[in-house]
This record gives sequence, structure tokens and C-alpha cells, in this order.
Amino acid sequence: MTEKVDQSKRHFLTIATAVTGGVGIAFAAVPFLSSLKPSARARALGAPVEVPLASLEPGEMIRVVWRGRLVYVLRRTEEMLGRLVGVTEYLRDPNSSNVELQPSYATNEHRSLNPEYLVVEGSCTHLGCAPLPQFEVTPSSDWFGGFFCPCHGSKFDLSGRVYKGVPAPTNLRVPPYTFSQTNVITIGIDSGSA
Amino acid sequence: MANNEKKQSENSNKLLNWIDERFPYTETMRYHITEYYASKNFNFWYVFGVLAMVILVIQLFTGIFLTMNYKPSATDAFSSVEYIMRDVEWGWLIRYMHSTGASFFFIVVYLHMFRAMLYGSYKKPRELIWIIGMLIFIVLMAEAFAGYLLPWGQMSYWGAQVIISIFGAIPFIGEALVEIIRGDYSISDITLNRFFALHVIALPLALVALIFVHIVALHEVGSNNPDGIDIKKYKNEEGIPIDGVAFHPYHTSKDLVAIIIFLMIFSMVVFFAPEMGGYFLEYSNFEKANPMATPEHIVPVWYFTPFYALLRAVPDKLGGAILMGLAVILPLFLPWLDRAKVKSIRYRGWIYKTALSLFAISFIALGVLGVLPAEGVYILLARIFGILYFGFFILMPYYTKIDKTKPVPDRVT
Repeated sequence: MTEKVDQSKRHFLTIATAVTGGVGIAFAAVPFLSSLKPSARARALGAPVEVPLASLEPGEMIRVVWRGRLVYVLRRTEEMLGRLVGVTEYLRDPNSSNVELQPSYATNEHRSLNPEYLVVEGSCTHLGCAPLPQFEVTPSSDWFGGFFCPCHGSKFDLSGRVYKGVPAPTNLRVPPYTFSQTNVITIGIDSGSA
Repeated sequence: MANNEKKQSENSNKLLNWIDERFPYTETMRYHITEYYASKNFNFWYVFGVLAMVILVIQLFTGIFLTMNYKPSATDAFSSVEYIMRDVEWGWLIRYMHSTGASFFFIVVYLHMFRAMLYGSYKKPRELIWIIGMLIFIVLMAEAFAGYLLPWGQMSYWGAQVIISIFGAIPFIGEALVEIIRGDYSISDITLNRFFALHVIALPLALVALIFVHIVALHEVGSNNPDGIDIKKYKNEEGIPIDGVAFHPYHTSKDLVAIIIFLMIFSMVVFFAPEMGGYFLEYSNFEKANPMATPEHIVPVWYFTPFYALLRAVPDKLGGAILMGLAVILPLFLPWLDRAKVKSIRYRGWIYKTALSLFAISFIALGVLGVLPAEGVYILLARIFGILYFGFFILMPYYTKIDKTKPVPDRVT
């Protein structure tokens, strides 16, 4: 037996062992990382929610929870809808050109299926606080009524469209919804798909 | 009698020898405690490391007892904390110690870090100690944040909502990352449960491991001192630094005084002002988490407010998040940003003294602004102090180089 050590062979074996071990660790990491994702139960809880509208007065808003997220349903008056026009110059994205934020049937000025009913997620697109409804117009300012986030001062109009110069980058998200009966909105089902 | 005593000491020596042959007990004690020589001219700034250790022990100990009665579930968490406060014998004391301990941990750690900046303790050869220390600070922030969700109050819920959403600002992976942190589509029972796991197992383990490494690194190169001088340059014939004294009994007896004073202040807060006017325990947190409504005025606990003020100073989601992250990370690079030849503030010129003062003022001012609503003049002030905060780090390579330093004495003064 020779005393000489074959360094290149040893080096190769070291690398090979390290690579094999590394691959093993990478595979072993998969179940642990995957376990951090929403579980089957959390995903299943995303069932659609029915919201009866019969008792909702014009100018009134209700809060419902869908998939653990807060959703606002606002019945707008004619006067409120009228304000959507004057406000556009103060908005960052008045035409809802960011198509990921609302279903195609809500890509319009009133951001809804039926202009009368606004359905938006009550989660500020900045850092997720629930914006407060402040529907009154403040005289002599650019506030046309809408939603105001108390956390960091983001402002949204009565269609959930974001104002310029606030921390929130985008309009409020519109969840998929449909009028399942004449006076019932179902949140979580796309209009026309059911 | 005398014979008996002799016998006893012989017996204990025997036991010690028996252990020492199997475990380096005496050697370790000598290396780290009885024969670890630190400079004799330590001042009061040098007690905060020990105090941080004391708080760590308080937190671990009270934490274990809180876990025995706390229930990490969205339905039970809030009421189990109330149960601890009202029905568990002395439960209120244990919880108030834990909640006050969290705030004191940050007070002490901020002072400990400021000490390093005063006396250049992060400079060569202690760069690694500083880096490990910064990691401890970051883990501590995560630990405090995870712990804050556990009472499941309004501020727990919405504070977590805001902070977790910050990660959503990261391009491309942001949204997926937020989902992985929460484990759900919103903050829920699942989130609470995993934050509990992080708060009581993962992060404390990481914290203890990092503190161990922090101290091992410190004892390898030796402690700095208010003069920023290497005391190992002058040793006596036994190889002991002339200006050093043994950690035990000399530094420990001095530290004991600091610990007693600290515990007096700590007890006063625990017994008489555990809520600290809403700064240590926020009033909105006495209301159970309600996913339907955000509290009117939402602020993090005081120790996060300097960074939070920076987040709000920018009217842009990603920009604010980046600024906040940078503010936390930048101090990590101090050892390389600082080009001064001397370590201690005692021998630095007026430029660094001014810069460090402005930095301290801006840090405190940002902390105050982070509590106030983000509107009008407060936003402007946050921007001004934000510029000072970042200016301190970014301009440092320049101003520390041109700053006129004084000659450093050979021996400690």
C-alpha cells in the first residue's frame, strides 16, 4: 500500500458528497416549505357568500367577510354616482386600467356590475388596513367622498379608485361576484360563469 | 473542626478533578470569567450587555410560565390572556414582567448599540461581534413582532396586518411570500398558531445561539473600552494586561450594582405603570381582534416607531418598505463605513461628534413621529429626520476621513 494520497480523487469525493447531500436537503425542504402554504382547509373556506340587498338603503354600506377578507357592499345614490365624474382628475387610475384588480365586468367608471351597487374589498392596497367610509363631500377641497385609510392616509373615491399622492399604489380590489337573484349578491362567483 | 474543613475541600477538589478530566469546567470558567481581563476604565455604558442578558433570562423564564396557560388559537387567545391576568395566581405579575421585559429589552439593546457607536466597538477587530449583534437585533425584532400578535387584540391583529403586508411590496414574489407568512388569505388562526411556534421555539433558540456566538467572539478578541485602546499591548510578566481586571470578581460586582438598580426601575414599571400610558401595552389591544374594523389610530409599539415613521414618510408602497428595510440594515455596515483612525469618541473631531449627536436626535425624533399621525408637518419632519438618519451612514466614509482626530494615549486614562 502506498502512503501517497490521491488529492484529486479526495477532492472529487468531497464535492460529490456535498452535492448529493445538498440535493437531499433541497428535496427534504420541500414538504416543510409547502406546509407553510395555506392548507386544504384554509383553501376550502373560500366558499362564496350570499349578501341579501333588500334591507340596504341608498347611501348605506354593509361589511361582509369572504375568505377571511373584508368586503364592502355600498348602495350608491344617484348623487353619489354623479360625483364619480368630477373626481377623475385627482385619481391615479380613473379608468381601472390595472386589469388584475377587478373582473372585466367591473372595469368601468363605477367599477361594478350594476352602477348602484359597489362591491370592493375593504383592504387598503397599501398595507391592508380597513379604509373607513367617509361619504360626505368636504367643501372647498378635493374630497368627493369615498374611503379613507386611517393607518397611512390613503384615499379612495366612491368607486374605490385611489387618489394621487397617497401611499396606496392601486385601486381597491373588486372581488368576483354576481347577482344570483334579483336582490342577492353572491361574492366569490364570477358573473356569467355560474 | 479544622480537619473536617480540610477534608471537605479535598473532597470538592476531587470532584472538580473528576469533572475536569471529562469536561473543561475549570478551563472554561477561567477563560470566560475568572481570567477574562477587561479594561479597568469601563463606565456606565458598559453595563447594558449584562443587563440584556438579565432581561433575556427574565423573558425566557416568564415566557415558559405564560405558555402554560396561554392558548394559541383565534377563539381562545384573547380570553386566555385575560384568564392569565385575572384567574391565574400571580398571572398578572408574570405577564406584566414579560410585556415590560419586551420594552426594556429594546431600551437596553438600543443603549448597548449606542455604546458601540460612541466608542467604536464595531471597528477592527470586532467587526464580527458587531455583525452578530446586528443579527441578534433583527431576530429580536422578529421575536417581539411575533409575540405581539399572540394576545390577539385589535392592535395585535392590525399591526401584524400592516407589517406582514410590507413584504407584499417586494416585486414578483411579494404576494406569494405574504401568503406563506400568513399561511392563509388573511391573518387568521393559522397565522396566530405559527407565530406562536416562532415566538416560543424557533426565534428564542436562534436568539440564544446568536448570543452565545456573540460572547465567544467577544472573548476571543477582548472587550473594547471607553478609550478605544488595545489593552493587550501592555502586559505584566504573567501575561496579564496591566490595564485589565478580571471579569470576576471585579466587573461582576460592579455589574451587580447595575443589575440591582435596573431591577428597581423594572419593578417600578411592572408594579406601577405596566401599560406606560399606552406605550408598553397599547390600549386598543384590550379589545379583541376584529377583522371588520381597523382602529382609528394604528401605531406599532414604541420600539418600532423610528422605522415605522420612515415607512410612512414616503407616499409609495415599495419605496417606504425599502427605506424601512435599509434603516434597519445600514448599521450592519458601520465597520466599513467608518474610516476614522481612532475608535473612541474621546479622540474624534467635532465632525463625528456632531454627526453622532444628529443621528441620536433623529432616531429619537423619528420614534416620536412614528407615534403621531402621519399628516401635515409631521410627514415633513419625518422626511427631514429621515435624511439626517441616512446621511449619517451614507456620508460616513467621507466625514470620518476628513475629521481631525486627537492623538490616542498609550494606556487607558
